[in-house]
Amino acid sequence: MRLSALWPGGFAVFFLVAVVGGSLLTVVLQFRDSNLVEVLSDTYLHSVIRFTLWQAMLSTLLSVGLALPVARAYARQSHFFGRHTLVMLMGLPVVMPVIVAVLGIVSIYGHNGVINQLLRVTGVAPAFNIYGLSGILLAHVFFNLPLAVRLLLPAWEQIPGESWRLANTLGMSSSQLFRFIEWPSLTSFLPGTLVIIFLLCFTSFAVVLTLGGGPNATTVEVAIYQTLRFDFDPARATLLALIQLALCATIALAMIRWLRALPISQGLQLQTKDRPDCQALTYRIQDAVLIVASTLFIGLPIAAIVVAGLQGPILGVILDPVLWQATGRSLGIALLATSLASLVALGLAMTARRLVLEYRKPQATDIALWVGSLTLAVPPMVIGTGLFLWVLMTDMPQMTTLLLIALVNALMVLPYALRSIAPVLINSGRHYHRLCQQLGLEGWMRFRLIDWPAIRRPVAFAAGLGGALSFGDMGVAALFDTSGAITLPVMLYYRMSAYRFDEAAVTALVLVLISVLVFWLLNRTLGRWPS
Amino acid sequence: MIFLRKLAGLAASLPILVLPTAQAAVPQLTVYTYASFVSEWGPGPLIEQAFEKHCNCDLKFVGLEDGGALLSRLKLEGKRTAADVILGLDTALTGEAEQTGLLQEHNITLGSINLALPWSDLLFVPYDFGYFGFVYDSETLPTPPGSLEELVHDRDGPRIIIQDPRTSTPGLGLLLWMRKVFGTDDQAAWTALAPRIVTVTKGWSEAYGLFLKGEAPMVLSYTTSPAYHRQVEQNNRYQVAMFSEGHYRQVEVAARLSTSSEPQLAQNFLRFLLSDTVQNILPTTNWMLPSVRTGQGLPDAFRDEEVPERMLQFDSLEVRDQRKQWISRWLIALSR
Repeated sequence: MRLSALWPGGFAVFFLVAVVGGSLLTVVLQFRDSNLVEVLSDTYLHSVIRFTLWQAMLSTLLSVGLALPVARAYARQSHFFGRHTLVMLMGLPVVMPVIVAVLGIVSIYGHNGVINQLLRVTGVAPAFNIYGLSGILLAHVFFNLPLAVRLLLPAWEQIPGESWRLANTLGMSSSQLFRFIEWPSLTSFLPGTLVIIFLLCFTSFAVVLTLGGGPNATTVEVAIYQTLRFDFDPARATLLALIQLALCATIALAMIRWLRALPISQGLQLQTKDRPDCQALTYRIQDAVLIVASTLFIGLPIAAIVVAGLQGPILGVILDPVLWQATGRSLGIALLATSLASLVALGLAMTARRLVLEYRKPQATDIALWVGSLTLAVPPMVIGTGLFLWVLMTDMPQMTTLLLIALVNALMVLPYALRSIAPVLINSGRHYHRLCQQLGLEGWMRFRLIDWPAIRRPVAFAAGLGGALSFGDMGVAALFDTSGAITLPVMLYYRMSAYRFDEAAVTALVLVLISVLVFWLLNRTLGRWPS
Repeated sequence: MIFLRKLAGLAASLPILVLPTAQAAVPQLTVYTYASFVSEWGPGPLIEQAFEKHCNCDLKFVGLEDGGALLSRLKLEGKRTAADVILGLDTALTGEAEQTGLLQEHNITLGSINLALPWSDLLFVPYDFGYFGFVYDSETLPTPPGSLEELVHDRDGPRIIIQDPRTSTPGLGLLLWMRKVFGTDDQAAWTALAPRIVTVTKGWSEAYGLFLKGEAPMVLSYTTSPAYHRQVEQNNRYQVAMFSEGHYRQVEVAARLSTSSEPQLAQNFLRFLLSDTVQNILPTTNWMLPSVRTGQGLPDAFRDEEVPERMLQFDSLEVRDQRKQWISRWLIALSR
């Protein structure tokens, strides 16, 4: 095996190991007074781990389980008015700052939410209480169902028109279509989706505390925050982070190994109009119900956020130059983080493809996706602390702050980028590998002429999502000096901590609108960027 | 290639996004504080302006997330810290801050200042203080409980939202308050209160946000919260329930660091914090009570009946030593 062939992935892996491992190591070396045995035998930690696993499993099953029929409905009804907008709306919840989303959810589903108020007035059913496990699950489905739909939809786009026509000739029923045509395509998308959503739910923090109703609902991430912030025991926090990483790595591996990707037939026409079951009235009604129900479930809390924002002091907030400076900084961070994540994802995917096609190592795809997803299991607080110590020890100037925030955000965006890019890049390789070898196309030329047109749309989607995600992320920004260089989410949070909830509502609306804009712009421009 | 050029353009524009780090000709005083102190609504900008008028120096605030973040930053940096003054620790954290050995005595004769609270600490200067209290919505809760005892034991009492003592200062404040009032019966009290706790949030903002959305008629906050609503929103709807056992007091303090290269300037700044100028700025920007009785007195929005008659507080060293144990007792009581 020529080592030089592996450099893009090697470089990406080196980068990940250097940032994650390096920052964890820095913390441990600086404060090495924690006892592993004592940490591992802590019964409080055991109960926290049990609860974290339990809620993450349930949340993942619910989110993905509900997303499957919804995604299928969208795939089946590929042309209706507003479809594009609705699919884009699906990208929104996951990029919203948690506190904004939680207040939106509560406005609809809370004690005093719209639904409970209606129930009280009409007396149809007793009012319900969301605080507790139900609240956690509701919020996690709100965040992750739409994400799962977005991540699973490409599975249908991979199915060639020939397959549908064949199914038509054979007179397949809807369930047979699912079993013989859709499921094989889904097998290469489901594991990655499950992994990402499981990791997001496992590491969930503010949602779990706020909607969980009490200290029974505590995740490992809460314990890490507590250890680092109030108990100030960085070594112990790092140990907890490693425990979390090990648990997540094991479960993610199990999820990836559980579903083997089935081979799917290749074809040239990617269209669904030949699907036998997309015209039948029963299925159209069924799809309509699913699409409307899921849109309401996700759309109502977002509408509540918009309404709250419109009721606030709009002019005062948007005429404030500080808001736009913060927006500028947030955009800079988002662009940097997304570019970095896309480059690393591309490197990993390229090398995985070489390993699969030239060296017959089919498991390389799984490993690349696995490694690239695990960055979600690393607590940003611990990484941030490690990076902060680096800056301190090397006397780097304070201006590196924004770069560091971008770096941590890039780690967070990487899994989405990888998940969108890798399967398509590897598929394109399967199609054109022989042809490229015959024509002697390689390197940059091959990337430009063959790969870019194929991965353009997934790259655009990942960049859009990543851009919006790190734009709206509070994450580690608050760890560093925020007095001058605040980002938009930090600004929103500060308004809230100064009683300015009405101004915060307007800021939240601005943030949501710009997130949509970032997503739309990146999706548009990159998705059509000619090679 | 266009893409690369755009990237290069972006990289070039980055320094503009970052604060200028130019060297100042005058001495610089770096003050670590919590973020809401330096936000545009906080006292920071006004204090900076007033201090720089006379000090012939450059006052630089560094805003961190909260008091807890402040202390952990100090511990993380140790002797390398760039801070000359640390401002914003509260009395639940001072015990631990003292233990770092990084602080220097203030050498200010506090006796000559008309303090509103008894204070004799050699390291810390109290710049303001407040009391934890339950704020209620008078439209949905016409008659609030009159004591902590009543809140805890009245089964038909109002539902409340509180903060987590593991992650938030008010949350820890309530834990100490309960401990002070119920002593070793604190666990039974928590268990009795548990059914009426709607939820326990990560921080003050989440809890107060949920309260304003109407998720519960009462929330753990400060006795000075209604003053904000009256002063800024001309709104009399939100009131604080005064409890007969007294309220737990939180004193916010500042201290100078022994590593500072500007000890004199740092001392001047600490003394300035107790001046009438700063003390008159604090109530309506930080929404706490000034620690000095100034000639001007409190703004109209602050009401005498909202100042508790009895003050409850643990010694900061006791808090330092017992905090972990008390939190685990709390966890056990609420996990039943």
